[in-house]
This record gives sequence, C-alpha cells and structure tokens, in this order.
Amino acid sequence: MAKVIISLGNDISTDDIYPGRFMATVLPSETPQFAFFDRTEFNAQLKAKAFPSGSIIVGGENFGCGSSREQAASTLKGHEVAVVAKSVARIFLQNAINLGLQVVICPALEASEGDELEITATQVLNRTTGKAFEQIQLPASRKGIMDAGGLIPYTRAKLMARA
Amino acid sequence: MGMTVVEKILARAAGLLSVKAGDVVEPKVDLAMSHENAALVINQHREVFEGTGLAPKVWDPSRVAIIFDHRVPAESPKTATNQKKIREFVAANGITKFHDVRGDVGGICHQILPEYGYVRPGFVVVGTDSHTTSHGALGAFAFGIGATEMASVWALGLAVNIEVPATIKVVVNGEFPPMVGAKDLILHVIGKLTAQGANFKVLEWHGETIRKMSTSGRLAICNMSVEAGATSGIVPGDAETLRYLHEEAGVMETITTVAPDPDATYVQTMEIDVSTLAPQIACPHMVDNVKSVDQVAGTKVQQIVIGSCTNGRLDDLAIAADMLRGKKVAEGTRMLVFPASSRIFAKALDKGYVHDLMKAGAVVMNSGCGPCLGVHEGALGDHEVALSTTNRNFKGRMGNPTGEVYLCSPAVAAASALTGVITDPRKH
Repeated sequence: MAKVIISLGNDISTDDIYPGRFMATVLPSETPQFAFFDRTEFNAQLKAKAFPSGSIIVGGENFGCGSSREQAASTLKGHEVAVVAKSVARIFLQNAINLGLQVVICPALEASEGDELEITATQVLNRTTGKAFEQIQLPASRKGIMDAGGLIPYTRAKLMARA
Repeated sequence: MGMTVVEKILARAAGLLSVKAGDVVEPKVDLAMSHENAALVINQHREVFEGTGLAPKVWDPSRVAIIFDHRVPAESPKTATNQKKIREFVAANGITKFHDVRGDVGGICHQILPEYGYVRPGFVVVGTDSHTTSHGALGAFAFGIGATEMASVWALGLAVNIEVPATIKVVVNGEFPPMVGAKDLILHVIGKLTAQGANFKVLEWHGETIRKMSTSGRLAICNMSVEAGATSGIVPGDAETLRYLHEEAGVMETITTVAPDPDATYVQTMEIDVSTLAPQIACPHMVDNVKSVDQVAGTKVQQIVIGSCTNGRLDDLAIAADMLRGKKVAEGTRMLVFPASSRIFAKALDKGYVHDLMKAGAVVMNSGCGPCLGVHEGALGDHEVALSTTNRNFKGRMGNPTGEVYLCSPAVAAASALTGVITDPRKH
C-alpha cells in the first residue's frame, strides 16, 4: 500500500514533468532535481525526500504527453515514485517501461491526494474510499523488457545471443 | 487481408509477408536520427555494451543521423561539452549523416532529413524526438522514441517489440480558401481528435487536398500528427514525393513508393472539407484547445515567432515576407524568425525575404529549434503572450510557466505582427 502524494489533471505534459530548459542535463543520476520544477512546492518536497519509496503520483488522461525526452521518465524513476493514470501517452509509457519506472493505467481511477492505494496484478484498490478499479494491462510485447529489468539489460542479452 | 501503408512497411522491415494491427514485430531500422540528446544515447549505448566484451559501436554508421539543432550555437558550457562529446562519437563511429553547427549544411533535424534525401518512402525511421512523425510526409513510417530505445537501435539495428499500430484514415478534400493552409488543417484535425485521440495509432492522410499539397505542407501535417497523440502521420508516397526527392533533395536513384491496399482495415475514417475552413488557433495551454481566429482576434501579443520544424520552410517565409514587405512590426511586439535550415535561410536571402523581414523589424535568427521549447533563446517574460507557428503550447513551453503561447499559421503570425494583436489574415 502506498500514499497518493499528488493528484494531477489531464494532459500532464513532459514540459510540466521536466521543463525543456533543463534538457541539457541528461544523466539519470542528475535529472531528479528538476522533477515538476515549476510546481515549486512539490519539487521542493521531492528533493527533500519527503515521500517514501513507492509513493504514487496520480494522473488523469494522456499523462506524459508531448516530448520524447527521457528525462521525464528518469526524473520520476530517480524519486522512486509510481505513476497511476487514466491513460498515458505512448512515448512516455515506452520510456517508463524501458527505464523500469512503474506506470499503471487505470481508466476509471478515482483517487485524491492522501488516499492509500494498493496496486494488485489487475486492479488498483483505493483503501481510503473502498473502491476498486480495473487496470489496463501493458502491451504483452513489453513484458519481456519489464521482466529483464529494463531495455538496457534486455538489449544486452539480445546482443550477447547474437555474438 | 489488405494492409495499411504502415502495415506494409512493417511487414517488409520485419521480413514477414503480412502483419496486422496489434502484431508484435522487430523491424529493421532504415534511419535512426538524434539531435543533442545523442549525449544521453551515447551514455545508454555504452551501458548496453558494459560487460559484453564487445566494443560499443553503432550497427551501421550509414543509417545513423545526428543533427545539432536544439541549442545552436550552444547556450552554455554544458551544452557545448555535450556537443563536443557527440562530435567525438561521430568521428569514432564514422557517422556520415552528421550536421554540425554550420551556416551551410546545418538546420533542424526534421528539415535536414528530407532536404538531404535521407528519408525514402517505405523506410522505418526512428528519432529521439517526438516530431520525428514529420518524415511520414515522404511515405516513411517515422516515430519518436526515447534515448534508451535509441541506444538499443544503435546496438541492434532493430526496433524491439514494436506493436503494429492501428490506423485512422483522414480524407481531406476541397480547396483551401485564401490565407488558409496545411497548418490550419492540422490544427483543426487535432481539435477534433483531441490531444490523445490518436494515441498509439497512425494518421494516414488521403484526399485531393493532400495530393495537391506540397511536401512542405505535408511535413507540417505529419509533424503535428503527434499532437493528436499519433505514433506517426503518413502520406503515402506519390508523384509529389518523387518530385521532391529527385528535384529538391537531389536523389538520383530510383525510388519506389508504398500505397495501402484498397481493402486495408482502418479503425476510423475522418472526412474533412477544407473549402470553408477558417484560420485556426491552438490556445493556451493545450494543442487541442483549437478555435477559429475570430474567436481570439484582438488578443495582445508581445512575441511573434515564425519558424521551426513545423513552419520554417521557404513557402512559410515567403508568406511572412509578402505581408511585411514595406511595413513595420507593431510597437511593443517583437518578431523572431528562424528558418528550418541553412539552405532555406540562403534561399530566403536570395529571394530578398530576409531583407524584407529585417526591414520590417523582425529579428532573423540562425536555423535551429530557437524559442520553440524554451531552452535557448526567445524566452517569454512573466505573463507575456506569444503567437507562434511552432507546434506546442504547453504551460512553460517557451521558457516561462507564466507565459502563454498561441499556435497558428505563418499567415496569421505575419498579419498579427503588423497589428500587435491576434489578427485574421483574411481581413489584412
């Protein structure tokens, strides 16, 4: 079980998650400082490590829309949060899977800041409101990458199999 | 069963007779493009090779393109150092499709790739930039990926575990009214579909209007297909594609095009008549918040931007130069123009467009991504409003979270530059 640390609306763009002006910073070890930078208070809380590992960011429809910048996924991965959203933009979802950032798609989700959620294999249970919501399973095509622990080990294994 | 264009392209690239939406394939990549974020790709690529005993090389240096455009010339020592590392990697790997910060062969990646004939119909093109969808204008299946996925492509030459996307057919007919064009069409379609209406899907463009449209207009349409969430936009290759590649891009070899089967399966078909379309504006802070120009006319604007991978081509600059020639940009409004490539810049010089624009008060900048993504130059002041021919208007996009960005065509931007407020170019 984990707490919702922020509940966001629809169309949260990659510019919101990781503003373009910090794009010269690329390394996953350095991107976390700029997460949601223009949401000053939330950024400060993240940087102060105010939230335990596994805490949940709730999004509406089309979470992560916009740019292909991988910093938007690596910055959240760096804070060890999970994303639960009604729907997720393609490139962001792909980046999240590739980096091992947990993203759960839950179209009917109702969750507010402070709610306690439990993520099962098929559902998201809101323990605060007592409601259960079905997940949409991630594409089966991506399972191999998730099981390998991300795209880097997955690709490395493929490369070795070839050599 | 018939296939869409993208299904045909993926079947060929995956070595299969046929594929259908939902199938998982591993297509061979024909072209892999990155810009300054190659710095991260290099890092991830090196990590892929760690412990393998193999040297971290790209699978085929002739199929990798790297173009500096996001921050040119570098705005900080950090960017300059990233660019330096990328140059060293380019040299070490023998990558030839490299476009450095130069006034002759430099430019924005989504203009350089078509302009130099790097993209052909039927290609699978991946790019570490969401607007890689642009290259569908030449009949390629082109889509954006993240840096780690590009590192995987560089290592394997394959895009791994790609789910074949379903396709939405968009049929466009009718003749554009004066002062209305490709940009208005794509904004209109995004407004109809919404910002996620085509998520995980392809927009395949058809109809008389598209057939008659120049490659420049098609690039604008495919460029912004991603703003409806689309994996890719694609115009099946035709006579105009061949004309562009042979005559403008200087391609000598025979080019074959790929057409969809007549009985291909589409998840949705949209029909659009542009003959009554008004100039369209995407209002802050979402690209699908689209209105016709009369609904926002009169809004005061501090910064006008004409350029980018969406609308920085010669015909776009011609529209602006024609409207501003002999006139002045309004007091209190600044106008920034950045051509999509050095080659376009040079042509605009030859034709006198640059002179016309500068005499009118516009600042003509070197080719690059410029103010579009707020990383480099042309940032907005607090609570300032921009009217821009670029492709995104998310909060903070132009470098300031209190700023507002309206998106429009070059005609609307130029007409508004003269008045300092959003202006209907048909009444100009």
